[in-house]
Order: sequence, then C-alpha cells, then structure tokens
Amino acid sequence: MTQRTTDITVGLFMLAGLAALLFLALQVSGLSPKSAKSTYTIYADFNDTGGITPRGRVSMAGVTVGSIDSITLNKETFQARVAMSIHGDVDNIPADSAAVIRTSGLLGEQYIDISIGGEMDSLQPGDTFYSTQSAMNIERLISNFASGK
Amino acid sequence: MIDKIASFGRSGADLVISIGRAGRFLAGVLSGVPRPKTGFPLLMKQLYSVGVLSLAIIVVSGLFIGMVLGLQGYTILSDFGSEAAIGQMIALTLVRELGPVVTALLFAGRAGSALTAEIGLMKATEQLSSMEMMGVDPLRRVIAPRLWAGFIAMPILAIIFSMVGIWGGMLVGVEWLGVFEGSYWGNMQASVDFWDDVVNGIIKSVVFGFVCAWIAVYQGYDCVPTSAGISSATTKTVVYSSLAVLGLDFVLTAVMFGNF
Repeated sequence: MTQRTTDITVGLFMLAGLAALLFLALQVSGLSPKSAKSTYTIYADFNDTGGITPRGRVSMAGVTVGSIDSITLNKETFQARVAMSIHGDVDNIPADSAAVIRTSGLLGEQYIDISIGGEMDSLQPGDTFYSTQSAMNIERLISNFASGK
Repeated sequence: MIDKIASFGRSGADLVISIGRAGRFLAGVLSGVPRPKTGFPLLMKQLYSVGVLSLAIIVVSGLFIGMVLGLQGYTILSDFGSEAAIGQMIALTLVRELGPVVTALLFAGRAGSALTAEIGLMKATEQLSSMEMMGVDPLRRVIAPRLWAGFIAMPILAIIFSMVGIWGGMLVGVEWLGVFEGSYWGNMQASVDFWDDVVNGIIKSVVFGFVCAWIAVYQGYDCVPTSAGISSATTKTVVYSSLAVLGLDFVLTAVMFGNF
C-alpha cells in the first residue's frame, strides 16, 4: 500500500470520526445552533420544588418555551427561588400567569408549566411570578387524606 | 515457608520495578521531539493499522450492542409503560459507559495484542538492537508512532461506536418495535447534554486509549525475546488492558457522574 492510499484512508477515518461527533452533538444531545438564540430570565418562588432540576423543561400549553437555570434557597422566606430562561420570542407572558410544577405521566420527570393569566401587561425580564403552585407530593396527599383534613 | 514469603516479596518487588520501568519507558517515548518530516508518515501508517483496520469490528459490535440495548430496554421499559424513554436509555448508556469501555476492550484485543506481538517479534529478531546500532532511536522510530496512533484512534473509534449503537437501537426500537421516532430522538435530546455526557465520554476514551496503547507497546518492548515470551506478553497486554480499563472506568465514572 502506498503512502498516498494510507493517507487517504486515514483521512477518511478522521472524517468519519468528525461526522460521528457532529451526529452526537446535533442529533443526540440536541446541541443546535438555535438553542443559542436570545433568552431572558424570570423567577418564581416555590414552597416545594419537588423533583425539578436545572436544565429541566419550562413549557406553556405543552410547548417547551425555555429551561430551568438554577434552583436556590431564599434564606429569608425559606422558599426555593427558581430562575428560568425563556426563549426571547415568547415575550408576551401575561403578568398574572402562574408557574405550576407538574409531572409528565405518573412516574415521569417534573417540569414547570406556565398557566396563562388574563392581564394585558406581560412579564418583563427579571420579574417574578406572582403566584406559583408547588409540586404535588403524593405522600402528603395520602397523609392528609388519612388524617381526615 | 520462608521460601514462600520470599517469593511473595519478590513478586511484589518485581511489580513495583516493572511499573517503574513502564513509567521510565513512557517518559523516554514522550520526551523525544517529533520530527514532522519523517514522523508523520510513520504515524499515518500506524493510524491505518490501529484505527482504520479496527473500524470493522467496532462498527459491527456497536450495531449489535445498540440493537440488544434496544430490545432489552424495550422489554423492561414497556412493563412500566415508558418505552418512549428507550432513546434516552440507549444514548446515555452508550455515550457515557458502553461506548468508551467496550471500544477499549475491543481495541485491546484487536489492536493492542497486534502491537505487542509486532514489537515483541522485532525485539526477538533483534531488529530493535540493530536500529540502535545504526544510530536510530527505536523508541522514537517504532514505539512513539504506535503510542500516538492508539491515543488518537481510540476516541474516534469510541465516537463511531456510540453513533452506530444509537442508530442500531433506533433500528430495533423505532423500525421494528414501533416506538414513536419523535419521542426516541426527543427524549434523547432532552436528557443528553453535550458537555456533561458526550465530552465526558470522549475524555474517558482518551484516557483508555492512552492506557491501552501504553500497556501494549510496553509489554512488547519489555517481553522476553522468545516465542513463549511473546505469547505471554500478548496475553498480558489483553488482560492488563482490560483490567485497567474497567478499573479506571469506575474511577472516572465516580469523578464525572457521581454527584458528590
């Protein structure tokens, strides 16, 4: 085998590796150029975040409109403060909307659903949701039921 | 009794000595300044024999492992009615664990043993000493290109393995068992992170490639130059590489994915 053929096959091998890396990046991990588009951050305070995690989904009417950035504890109110980044083109969330933690399916992952309010003003970047609804906790439901409350 | 204790101690001392020699050997190989003009064609030739020729076994194994994951995952997940999560299961398993590890094991068997046997035979037929007589450094001329080739080829092979496996899983899960294609890819994209999962998997395979190539060339270079010596060196290459890969994998997984 001549040096030239070796070089060509090795080159093709490298290219195959690069193509596979691109596949893993774009198709498997969903690292798409469009996820780099502009986002803005809004906040919500929850009494109980349940199982939501950073990088989780924020959706509106079932459509993903953003993701969870961070979850921190507010030491004054002992509530969890969740920062979420919303896609820049969804800029008309009514100001009296509520952030609700829901579960997809019975055992599925938890996500934040924005239930739409009716006000004309919309949430600005850096705003905090006025009302939130914490994660449904089955154990608490059962214990409430058992103690007759 | 005393003899037994003495031989136990001797084998311990031998182990420490051989680790020391392997380290010195590695330093000797890596300290040589590469000469682009003569080194590059040698590296290409080794990349061909180590990387390109390993491609077939990697692609076939990747395909079948992906298909088995798809089949097995479907059987278990459908009991819980969550067969849509099959894509995320296959992708995370392959990208984080099976891709780097199985590729490294196959690489040790396919390429590492060949490297050891080749270098061992060169030593047995005194080609290495005649190179030294001619003033050519065998570490630089023979060993370094092989070490670098293993180091470069391994991550590429692991990436290809993961890609083929994910495609094989789609073949079984989506085409055959009827999981919705959108949820296969969608769940995968929602749960696989490029930096946390894909890049960490690549880092793993770089480490494995380095270790496998190092063990292979060192065993060849250090073997007893007889036919029995070469055969035992080849066996040692496969055994040590496999153990090192599995052990390192635990450590790397604990560091990368264990949240503590």
